[in-house]
Amino acid sequence: MKQHFIPIWFFIGSLLAFYGVLVLASAIYEMFVPPAHPVAMSGLHIGIWWGGGMLMLGLLYLLRFWPKRMK
Amino acid sequence: MMLAAWFLQATNTRLSLGPIDLTIIVVYFALVLGLGFYLKKFTHTGEEFFMAGRDMTASIAGLSFISANLGSLEMMGYAAATYQYGILVAHAYWIAAIPAILFLALVMLPFYYICKTHSVPGYLKLRYGEGARSLSAISFAVMTILMSGINMYSMAIIMKVILGWDIHFSIWVSSLTVALYVTAGGLLSAIFNEVLQFFLIWIGCGVIPVVGLIETGGWAGMVHRIQTNFPGQDFIHMWRTTGSFTGNPMGVHWTGIVFGWGLAISFGYWTTDFLVVQRVMAAKDLRSAQLGTIIGGFFKMMVPLIVILPGLLALAVLPFHLVPESQGNLPGAHTFNEALPLMLARYCGPGLLGLGVTALVAGFMSGMAGNVTAFTTVWTYDIYKPLLRKNASDAHYVAMGRWCSLVGVFVSIGTAYLVMNFSSIIVYAQAVFVFFIVPMFGTVILGMLWKRTTPAAGFWGLLAGILTSFGLWSWVKLDPSALQLVAFSEHAKDMAENVYRAMWTLIANVLVTVVVSLFTKPKPQGELRGLVYGLTDRVAEGHFSFFQRPIVWAAAVALAFVALNILFW
Repeated sequence: MKQHFIPIWFFIGSLLAFYGVLVLASAIYEMFVPPAHPVAMSGLHIGIWWGGGMLMLGLLYLLRFWPKRMK
Repeated sequence: MMLAAWFLQATNTRLSLGPIDLTIIVVYFALVLGLGFYLKKFTHTGEEFFMAGRDMTASIAGLSFISANLGSLEMMGYAAATYQYGILVAHAYWIAAIPAILFLALVMLPFYYICKTHSVPGYLKLRYGEGARSLSAISFAVMTILMSGINMYSMAIIMKVILGWDIHFSIWVSSLTVALYVTAGGLLSAIFNEVLQFFLIWIGCGVIPVVGLIETGGWAGMVHRIQTNFPGQDFIHMWRTTGSFTGNPMGVHWTGIVFGWGLAISFGYWTTDFLVVQRVMAAKDLRSAQLGTIIGGFFKMMVPLIVILPGLLALAVLPFHLVPESQGNLPGAHTFNEALPLMLARYCGPGLLGLGVTALVAGFMSGMAGNVTAFTTVWTYDIYKPLLRKNASDAHYVAMGRWCSLVGVFVSIGTAYLVMNFSSIIVYAQAVFVFFIVPMFGTVILGMLWKRTTPAAGFWGLLAGILTSFGLWSWVKLDPSALQLVAFSEHAKDMAENVYRAMWTLIANVLVTVVVSLFTKPKPQGELRGLVYGLTDRVAEGHFSFFQRPIVWAAAVALAFVALNILFW
């Protein structure tokens, strides 16, 4: 491949960070406004951990594979 | 794939998605389309469009290799099968995958890579001639496009029963998305989306084992609950119950697992099905291709965490027992096939549910894109170029590839509607798909390892294998008592019957190939250089450090494979 494209890891980082924000925000909202029919083990607030983890991982990928840094 | 038909029979779970969940799904569709159009400008030549420029790193090739196999139907089907048969189903991920993947990496890839072929049928052309190539290419093209349509129809059905989406909406939106990004970016676009899918599947489905094990108090707590819920049944041992046909819920003996599943089906699929092999052939060099395959093998070994474990957790935590499909219409009943969606609904609130559903949609779309790209390459290089138009320009073949991608998707849509009207086609196609690739393995491996194998033997051995698989399948369909002879047991379930049929198919293929070889004229050795063991220079690895050598990582994966089998013996 003569031309170099933006690495796939950058796109993955963007998606993970964006999804992480959505899941995290949704889980924080649910913590303060509990739903009428909560899921099993809702006391774990897994969305906060999962969303936070995705956001962190996404940001790491973005930092590492940001196109200008790659050049 | 053999689980697809089974899965399609019925589910009636409904998950309700909120605005956050729908946003997650819409963003995914927007991203894959954007990626397709972005990558179009990097795919001008045939090498770039059909083989992604042979420029992929080991990690990208490896993740793509494993994602092409990690479809949503398989995930949901195997989770359901785990609820029914227990951890025995993990054989599909371990003995029925790891030895074959490592064999592909260390033994077969050097031949595929050194001869610089574009496809597996292309290797058969170089090794045996046009007859074997044409037979394998035409069969593969038909099967691939059929499976693509079935995959799409399956997705639409599942979206309907799980989410209540309209079947036509699901088929057209997903198909057109795939058509746009594959036509634009070819294999490169498909590979990018497969890597994306890999992350989505792990993140979307990883919630279930984590929360499930916390709920049950770890592995021991889960086993205790299963034993309480299902007294007297063994769901947690992989080999201990396979000493007899009746000692395990699958009705299979260890010989079937080892020789049918672990040898015939597994080696056939992982080493000769171009759908997966194409991904690692796109790697930038042989070492990357080998390492990529081994990386894929490692993650394949880990897939039970997000497929088998949810099935076991369903046995432990669901407050009701799931039932076979035949009882699915009873009021309030949930079938085996609902195991994974039920677990998703049990633990995933808004956001996480959207993520899980996106993972399933991504799996379906990647599966379709994988089929379409493999079909496009085989059609263009192994059917159109040699049989219809030999000496056109590279640009012409690329244009043909783009049109072929588009046509492939539309034919798949047609197949999806065909299947909708004739549901028995699904069952038929599963058998054809599974057993077409088994004889391919015998033909390819004998060609690679035995220089005496002749062009005539390549063709007739392949044909004999295909006919044997069709013949045995038809025999059991017409006369169910034949199951006793084909699978050694009248108690054999579908999965057990498949593994034994594969074993007979491989035996027939190898026998005919060997016998015909002994009575016909082999190719001169000069024409076999780079294609056959003993006539191909080994690639030197001396200049790589210890940890850069594929053999080292293959040994590590092999050790982990042995350890896991002992752990869950």
